[in-house]
Amino acid sequence: MENTSRGLSRRRLLASVAALPILAGTADGKSLSGTVPWSPFAGEPPKPVNPLGWYFFTPGEVATIEAIVNRFIPGDHLSPSGKDCGCAIYIDRQLAGTFGQASRLYMKGPFMPGLSTQGFQGDLTPAARYRLGLRALADYTNTTYKKDFRALTAEQQDEVLAGLDGGKITLKLKPGFSTKEFFELMLQNTMEGFFADPLYGGNKGMASWKMIGFPGARYDYRDHIDKHNQPYPNGPVSIYGQV
Amino acid sequence: MARLLPRKDAVIIGLGWTGAIMAQQLTEAGLNVVAIERGPWRDTATDFNIAYVQDELRYAVRKDLFLQPNIEAMTMRNTLSQTAMPMRDYGSFLPGHGVGGAGVHWNGHTWRFWDSDFQIKTHLTQRYGAARLKNLQLQDWGVTWNEIEPSFDQFEYLCGISGKAGNLKGQIQPGGNPFESARGREYPTPPMKMPYAPTLFAEKMKELGYHPFPLPAANLSEAYVNPLGVRMGQCSYCGFCERFACGNYSKASAQTTILPVLMKKPNFEARTDCEVLKVDLTPDGKHAKSVTYIDANGVEYEQPGDMVLICAYALMNVRMMLLSKIGVQYDPVTAAGTVGRNYCYQTSSGARLFFEGKHFNPFIGAGSLGQTIDDFNGDAFDHSKLDFVGGAGISCTVTNGRPIGNRPTVPGTPRWGAKWKQATVDGYQNSMGFGSQGSSYPVRENYLDLDPTYNDRHGRPLLRVTFDFPDNDIAMSHHISDQMEKMTKPFNAKYAAVSRIKKGWDAVPYQSTHNTGGAIMGSDPKTSAVNKYLQSWDVPNVFVIGASAFAHNAGLNPTGTVGALAYWAAEAITTKYIKSPGALVQA
Repeated sequence: MENTSRGLSRRRLLASVAALPILAGTADGKSLSGTVPWSPFAGEPPKPVNPLGWYFFTPGEVATIEAIVNRFIPGDHLSPSGKDCGCAIYIDRQLAGTFGQASRLYMKGPFMPGLSTQGFQGDLTPAARYRLGLRALADYTNTTYKKDFRALTAEQQDEVLAGLDGGKITLKLKPGFSTKEFFELMLQNTMEGFFADPLYGGNKGMASWKMIGFPGARYDYRDHIDKHNQPYPNGPVSIYGQV
Repeated sequence: MARLLPRKDAVIIGLGWTGAIMAQQLTEAGLNVVAIERGPWRDTATDFNIAYVQDELRYAVRKDLFLQPNIEAMTMRNTLSQTAMPMRDYGSFLPGHGVGGAGVHWNGHTWRFWDSDFQIKTHLTQRYGAARLKNLQLQDWGVTWNEIEPSFDQFEYLCGISGKAGNLKGQIQPGGNPFESARGREYPTPPMKMPYAPTLFAEKMKELGYHPFPLPAANLSEAYVNPLGVRMGQCSYCGFCERFACGNYSKASAQTTILPVLMKKPNFEARTDCEVLKVDLTPDGKHAKSVTYIDANGVEYEQPGDMVLICAYALMNVRMMLLSKIGVQYDPVTAAGTVGRNYCYQTSSGARLFFEGKHFNPFIGAGSLGQTIDDFNGDAFDHSKLDFVGGAGISCTVTNGRPIGNRPTVPGTPRWGAKWKQATVDGYQNSMGFGSQGSSYPVRENYLDLDPTYNDRHGRPLLRVTFDFPDNDIAMSHHISDQMEKMTKPFNAKYAAVSRIKKGWDAVPYQSTHNTGGAIMGSDPKTSAVNKYLQSWDVPNVFVIGASAFAHNAGLNPTGTVGALAYWAAEAITTKYIKSPGALVQA
């Protein structure tokens, strides 16, 4: 999960211990002068997600989202499946956090339909979009196939996903949140999970990085910049030092 | 009631590139300066820690360092008749936040606008006649090349820019950009080492008779000590540059070039997590007496100052003027008024090539790592038989191989499933691209004002952006795309595709954070908000520094010119204004 709070108390402490010329009458003291501010342990390293349990999805939703990420990223000789790579865990943790709550977005009304060039104008947070979207998907497959999505064959699942992607299926959602938008949200989040650093719950074993040849967090390629059109010899490294 | 604070000589709004430059120059001249910054304090060792900066999800996708729309959003529409809606998430452009501003997470392309840009109306009228410009609101900037060239030099030496001069005092230099305007001296550091794709691009462009040269980079090719004594490190080609802060002290920013010196000065103070609400004017509206700001606890303060420098991002500069009633709102119907006038953007297209059996290693990258041709930029080519003015730089840069955002597949490939996976593997090492960055010329109906409906967390109206790509720029960009089609041929790629820009600017996909204009400089107070020294015509103790002053946007990244304008304005303040406060140019 990303960090949103910037540790104001740390700043205040910083200012007070640095014996700075703090403004008379200002209590908060985020006044910086006379030195380059610094304090130990001031960084905000990312926290690896707990891989156990579910924070957002219900058991029924888990089964559906695992089936979906497995069709987006089927297991084969190139990589394990989306589920085995942790994509469903990744999405769950994202929806339980700041992303799911839209806490960084502009969420003030009035909410009105916009033009396609104006972007998403609905009032639902990503978490609410998943909850509504997965329920509407269950309604659709139960009406059409008399089964939940997870119980369909792989071919039928692909058919449904292609229908959501291509506009042939319209789920019963709500104004300001289209079927296409629901599909794009799931696809984008699945790919994030598959390709992000493993600390976020997906990309287990750096499977996607190994698949394409991305070395991850190596950070220094001065020894290879001149080696044109030659394979890079080293495998990936993650932020927490997996190799 | 706001709590009244002791007076300062100068109050700076925003501590990014321009705020830091102005603070450094004004404190050197002995002034007592405070900079008030909405976002947090940020520095390399703590906030851009090399142990975890290489996190694509956190910084590139969730945009951890950027301005978040819950703090300040904007509304947008393409035409006057539409209802603007808020950009609920930033997409097409990504403004900065916090100390260092957008200069923390830029790519580092450091260009100089050309002599013909500063006198664009005069230049193009002389060459093609006035009729050619009839639907455009092009105008001269009020400053000339010879006046401002030393300020470009100052900014480049502050940053340690890596590049190769193409025109030294009028002498064309092999290996540099022959179309650049004459510069006084060579770049401070030599060009970066080039990876495979730009090397191939330069070879092919030479074969076609064009003039490739290394893109001038604020990612340094070697260690450098700048004139302030601040030391920078060599770029490690890590591929985490734009959208990221550099953990390696290799990318020029306020943090890596100025703040280590500025922060130690007793006559400088930074106040972070403090948002300026408005500039307070005297009742006659002709003098700024203070700024009102609110701290993180919601407490309001009034900070008096003899001078106010508005140094936020270009778009926020314009909003601050409008919220403070500095100058008159521009009217897109009558073209009267100046604040909000000549908002411009960037007009771009791209080429993507796919090969077999290659190893492009796209992850070996840096923000400004590439080769460029300017043969089709600005007025470097003859437009007399064409139906537009302007042009584009065409560059092959290798910025990154970060896989959430950068995993090209041959067009027509499914976006998921087994076929998508195989195509992703095939495309990753076998694909390269080059792109055009085209000029954006002003038209009457592209402008900025305050939104009538939507407001921010303090209840102040959001900025409203009304913009679409003008016909002139679409024609320009299509001409460039035609040239790029031809340029793809000698590569003998298995597959090549060139994109073409369309009407209907879309706020969602990322395009460019090169928003310019809205508080433009000029020599006529009827058509410019600030004079040639970036001083408000209406409130002479207010200076408005940034790309907001650009009278148009060129096919060149803006930061080099933004830095030059900051030094140019700072020199006017320290050598002229302090001695005799008042209008530096008589209206």
